[in-house]
Amino acid sequence: MNIRIPKFLFLFGGLLCAFPSFAQDDLTALLGDTKEKPSNVSATFKTTRIVNGHSIEGVAKGVMDIKISHRFGRLNQGAVDLFGLDNAYIRIGADYGLTDNITIGMGRSNVDKEFDGYAKIKLLKQKDQGGTPLAISYVAAMSLKAFRTPVGESFVLADRMCYAHQLLLAKKVNTSLSVQLTPTLVHYNLVDYSSYSNNLIAMGFGARMKVSSRASINAEYYYVLNKWDNAQTPFTNNFSLGMDIETGGHVFQFMLTNTQAMTERNFIGQTTGQWGKGDIHFGFNLGRVFTIKQPKGFEGSRNSTY
Amino acid sequence: MKKIILLAATFGLQQAVQAQKYMTRSAQVSFFSSTAVENIEAINNEVASVFDAATGELVFIVPIKSFKFDRALMQEHFNENYLESDQFPKADFKGKIENAAAINYTKEGTTSVKAVGALTMHGVTQQVAVPGTLTVKNGNLIFKAVFKVKNKDYKIVIPSIAAKKVAEVVEVTINSPLAPLKK
Repeated sequence: MNIRIPKFLFLFGGLLCAFPSFAQDDLTALLGDTKEKPSNVSATFKTTRIVNGHSIEGVAKGVMDIKISHRFGRLNQGAVDLFGLDNAYIRIGADYGLTDNITIGMGRSNVDKEFDGYAKIKLLKQKDQGGTPLAISYVAAMSLKAFRTPVGESFVLADRMCYAHQLLLAKKVNTSLSVQLTPTLVHYNLVDYSSYSNNLIAMGFGARMKVSSRASINAEYYYVLNKWDNAQTPFTNNFSLGMDIETGGHVFQFMLTNTQAMTERNFIGQTTGQWGKGDIHFGFNLGRVFTIKQPKGFEGSRNSTY
Repeated sequence: MKKIILLAATFGLQQAVQAQKYMTRSAQVSFFSSTAVENIEAINNEVASVFDAATGELVFIVPIKSFKFDRALMQEHFNENYLESDQFPKADFKGKIENAAAINYTKEGTTSVKAVGALTMHGVTQQVAVPGTLTVKNGNLIFKAVFKVKNKDYKIVIPSIAAKKVAEVVEVTINSPLAPLKK
């Protein structure tokens, strides 16, 4: 069998194969299958607290966040107390990233000479581009009231301790709005009256709305399902309005809230302030981050040493 | 017989042309900001690039979120406040190496080159001309370049509070080892 194929057809055909169009779009198309993997959503909240309570945010590995917090007295104390500024509750604390997923923290408050500690563990991370739609973290916190035992009374170590367990369910809805649901269990080893439950169940609601790239408005509400019943000073739910301002390494959080406390057992279960009566406390959290351990991959880089 | 030779020759030509495209998905792009207060360097090892030796065309695609900083908070601010990577996830360069035709891609050595084209980042496109070098080694290419980028040109706003820490002009370094593209 001898079918004659004109030579030029070979040449033409070959050249056709050999000479695809070299337009730039084709080059870009070559890279086009670099399908972007869904990546972790970052900065759902500015810092580890929404106002009083925990946010989904941890601290990065090897980073320490020193937090100085004040809650002043009630605005309705009037001018004689400089609207509460004369007496402040103070907490000094530090949060540290053990790993990118585990943050631990400690603090001490002047009221009740209370020491607190917590661990926050990331269980699920929100991803962009149609990935995981929300983030879940778990917080276990405990506190110890280290006040001197009053004469004639007895407080053994166990009596001084309280615990809190929180599941943080957070979603960054878009670049400016983030929301969080926080089912919470607070356990008190010792309560004032036998009618008080040792376990309080609460649901926290938190949100932040960015108003600029460096500032956001925050709101936080803890609804306690089985509030203690006290006719004289009724317990209330904690509601706070705050503002975060971030300036490089610092985050300033200013807030108005109806509690003066900064530990879960206190602001969730033992809030008595009523917004309607002006029992509003002005306060702030001031956070400053320090990189304690330099991450890998920057050996020989030109970054400033610290 | 002639036909076979012709066939082989045309296929051979095809092979040669295909080998003239080079690609990588792991080029390194870093940038360096230096002020009296502090030096900041961020490194990205996930940059994709393709170069067509036949036409001189050169493309870079830079995923912004892949820039790593030694301080985690800086990385967050870089993405959130400066490059706004949710809105502008990629930067790219689409252009040409002007003197690509003059390079012998079969001979080992380094040639000074000039890449000219459009650099897009933070949603802004600017024409740039970047001097660099192209090295031929073991059949692979290495494209290297260092150039300056003015933040203002790309509408990257440095607020006054950070002005002492972030330079107005940052130095960008490219190190792109390119391998011949296989079909």
